[in-house]
Amino acid sequence: MTIKAITVAEMARKVVEKEETFILDVRNEKAFQDWKIEGDSMTALNVPYFDLLDGVEKILGDLPTNDEVIVVCAKEPSSILVAEMLAEAGKKVRYLAGGMRAWSEHLEPVKLGDLKAGGELYQFVRLGKGCLSYMVVSNGEAAVIDATRMTDVFFDFAKTKNVKITTTIDSHLHADHISGGRKIAEASNGTYWLPPKDAEEVVFSYEPLEEGKDIVIGHTKIVIEPIYSPGHTIGSTSFIIDDQYLLTGDILFIDSIGRPDLAGLAEDWVGDLRDTLYDRYKKLAKDLIVLPAHFMIMEEVNDDGSVQETLGKLFEENHGLKIEDESEFRELVTGDLPPQPNAYQEIRQTNMGMITPDEETQREMEIGPNRCAVR
Amino acid sequence: MNITKIVDAKGLACPMPVVQARKAMNEIETGEVLEIHTTDRGTVSDMAAWSKSGGHDLVEQKEEDGVFTFWIKKG
Repeated sequence: MTIKAITVAEMARKVVEKEETFILDVRNEKAFQDWKIEGDSMTALNVPYFDLLDGVEKILGDLPTNDEVIVVCAKEPSSILVAEMLAEAGKKVRYLAGGMRAWSEHLEPVKLGDLKAGGELYQFVRLGKGCLSYMVVSNGEAAVIDATRMTDVFFDFAKTKNVKITTTIDSHLHADHISGGRKIAEASNGTYWLPPKDAEEVVFSYEPLEEGKDIVIGHTKIVIEPIYSPGHTIGSTSFIIDDQYLLTGDILFIDSIGRPDLAGLAEDWVGDLRDTLYDRYKKLAKDLIVLPAHFMIMEEVNDDGSVQETLGKLFEENHGLKIEDESEFRELVTGDLPPQPNAYQEIRQTNMGMITPDEETQREMEIGPNRCAVR
Repeated sequence: MNITKIVDAKGLACPMPVVQARKAMNEIETGEVLEIHTTDRGTVSDMAAWSKSGGHDLVEQKEEDGVFTFWIKKG
């Protein structure tokens, strides 16, 4: 029997459009607990494929009677195996093409708005991993900020907009995913900007991001204004784009704040994080729209699929911005922290150019959620 | 350790390593040990979970040059 696949793009639409969906996740229990397809409209049942090799009869009663079941596994083959058995048992079933690995890599572009000086700003939402990249488009040129490893997506998108990527920027040295910034810059003969304090050990040349040194995209002068904002890393840099948007990197998220420990220096950086959030950001215009580099939970994703909120609203609602007591703040961001992202040390080394794993290894390294935030 | 049976599942992707290990497990007696070789990183957590689910005992495991070896005692 031939079973149909559902693409990760179609799955992403179900998540964003909150379409009721039943998922049978056949990965092992630990993998499922660790990381799964999240969303208000997602109902999931986890039964490992190896418990179904003798047959699926025992779970038929737990599945929807008429509605479709989407079988998900790590890479794909196990989900096809289980989907075939379910189809034979009379269930309406599809499997997720490429499994959780493909889910982790899918990017969905969302238009955030037009820029006053001309041009557009796009957010690329990596639903499976919670990473957010940005593209500023203006008069034939484009800049990509916090690009993911899947660089084709940015090149293809630039082509549809008829623009050339001239600039890539990373807000900090990432520990949860492999940056595509350097690869894009090399392929397009563009410039790769990095905060110098995060780049002391990198083995390639880059342009140092410095406060006061604006980056201009296109003839219409879209200004990307770097603001030194340490805390998640010592070099972390935010950007104000077109006087409207504040890209906060991994410092401030919608419902959480950045963790200071991923480079092993939590105690040293907690003061910087506090200063950035409670002093530097407080001095900025409250109507700036905050655009972070991550989200952690689906509640942070808006109905239109974007992740954005005004700075003023975040000062009212984000718990991490409302801790008056400094020792309480210190405890939150250095105390009982969640586990680190998968392979975070190897990911940092890859982003510094110190190691060059093959593509398959890079995919494996990025499995799982981003885990860059504390709530 | 006395190894009763060896399964070579190198180069195979999920679910085949577990499917083969399971088949071999059916051919040995309780208390006997199965040795399994794989190259798919996903088998590291799957072998542990499968052993637990089947009541077997994952006695030891190692990784060497990209090959994972598991010793599982039948329960």
